[in-house]
Amino acid sequence: MAHKSASIILPSEITSEALFHDRRAVLAMGLAGAALGAATPLTALADIPAERYKAARNARLSVTETANTFEEISGYNNFYEFGTDKSDPAANSRNFKPLPWNVTVDGECEVKGKFALEDLLAPQTLEERVYRMRCVEAWSMVIPWVGFPFAELLKRHKPTSKAKYVAFTTLNDPKQMPGQRERVLDWPYVEGLRMDEAMNPLTLLAVGVYGKALPNQCGAPLRLVVPWKYGFKGIKSIVRISFVEQQPRTSWSHAAPNEYGFYANVNPAVDHPRWSQATERRIGGSLLARRQATLPFNGYADQVADLYKGMDLRRNF
Amino acid sequence: MFITPALWLAAGALGVAGVSLGVDPVRSLVHENGTMALRMLVATLAITPLRQLTGHSDLLRLRRMLGLFAFFYALLHLSSWVVFDQGMDLQMILSEVVKRPYLLVGLSAVLLMLPLALTSTTAAQRWLKRRWTQLHRLTYVIAVLAVWHFWWQVKKDLREPIAYAVIVAVLLGWRVWKRPRAAKARSAPATTQGTA
Repeated sequence: MAHKSASIILPSEITSEALFHDRRAVLAMGLAGAALGAATPLTALADIPAERYKAARNARLSVTETANTFEEISGYNNFYEFGTDKSDPAANSRNFKPLPWNVTVDGECEVKGKFALEDLLAPQTLEERVYRMRCVEAWSMVIPWVGFPFAELLKRHKPTSKAKYVAFTTLNDPKQMPGQRERVLDWPYVEGLRMDEAMNPLTLLAVGVYGKALPNQCGAPLRLVVPWKYGFKGIKSIVRISFVEQQPRTSWSHAAPNEYGFYANVNPAVDHPRWSQATERRIGGSLLARRQATLPFNGYADQVADLYKGMDLRRNF
Repeated sequence: MFITPALWLAAGALGVAGVSLGVDPVRSLVHENGTMALRMLVATLAITPLRQLTGHSDLLRLRRMLGLFAFFYALLHLSSWVVFDQGMDLQMILSEVVKRPYLLVGLSAVLLMLPLALTSTTAAQRWLKRRWTQLHRLTYVIAVLAVWHFWWQVKKDLREPIAYAVIVAVLLGWRVWKRPRAAKARSAPATTQGTA
């Protein structure tokens, strides 16, 4: 593909899945030959260089609170595809293969197709953003993500006027994701945003954390981060991004509609039916640390409250 | 043997002996103690069927200790929630208990355990006689409340609470199934044994 400088990758340029597998076979044969002669790096095709993740911090959109440690961020996860306990994702995702990775972009947009992750990333400038993360279970962390604004990807695919929402889908592969062998949720996991939410500068597609590629348990290789919403909106291991006309049927709001809404904005005034959302426990504090007050829109009200003007947030929770 | 988990949790809370309670120690303390309380309750309920099946009446001596351990872990469960999770904010605790039925269910279970713990001595047993047996049947109610409390606070994955519910149902069902025979036996002259 000679269009490295072109900003848009046309569907016709995208390697078909059959060809893709083929090229791996070709590569393997090449490597077998190469082993006899000059050594070739094995991961050449699907690798993203480590330096790409060492991105400069966007200070304007970062919080100044102390970030959680890498151990906390990668050892305490809700990622039901790998099990429902907080320690399951780290334990059960060791054999997960985040690369090579393809993402299908389709629906109400002009530039559709199946894109290799490295091609999607090629035109993007990665940046570090330190965001608060508030889980719907009333705990929170501060995480230095590495990623790029979703709006930058959105632009390149030219959604049409019919696109009212963006739907995201996680990989569905019970072989690699043992949690999917149990029907705890209706797999695959689906999340969604309204177009204006998706285009908000805070909405991030993350590929790394702490200057390194995302660990598998954090949603490698590509995940969504929407810091003013509860953590479950941040869909992980994304394989599909669809521009759609109707509000997508998102996983948690479908599983328990009285407990989890489509919007899921962090809101201390609207309790979960079974627990208060007024306060949160910051992970990493001492055993005797007090809970802290939860902020409307998780402290991002200045940037996002306008999106919901005139809406009853008690009903649209 | 039954005290080991409590010692382990205490070591983790104090950060001694290299024991760690993981990324979220508050959650670990509350959950582990709650799980232990439930396990001890189930073990307590298992004694009578086991005795009837095996004929080992010395198992009864174990029952008091198991019951008291259930109470011990239930108290640790409740107090770690009050102290570490809620930061002893009484106003918040009260409003939470009133608003969240699952908390009320759990709290009722602990409160119902109190009279049982207080009357667990042999002296109380002699003093209350038949009433003691009746009083200590509250254990059945407590076990149901405990499973209910567990079930209700789970976000989505119900496999574990279902497992406990099945075990408790079997243990209580055993008693129902055995009951007509006991009643029949009581009408016969020779038997006097009460079971709880």
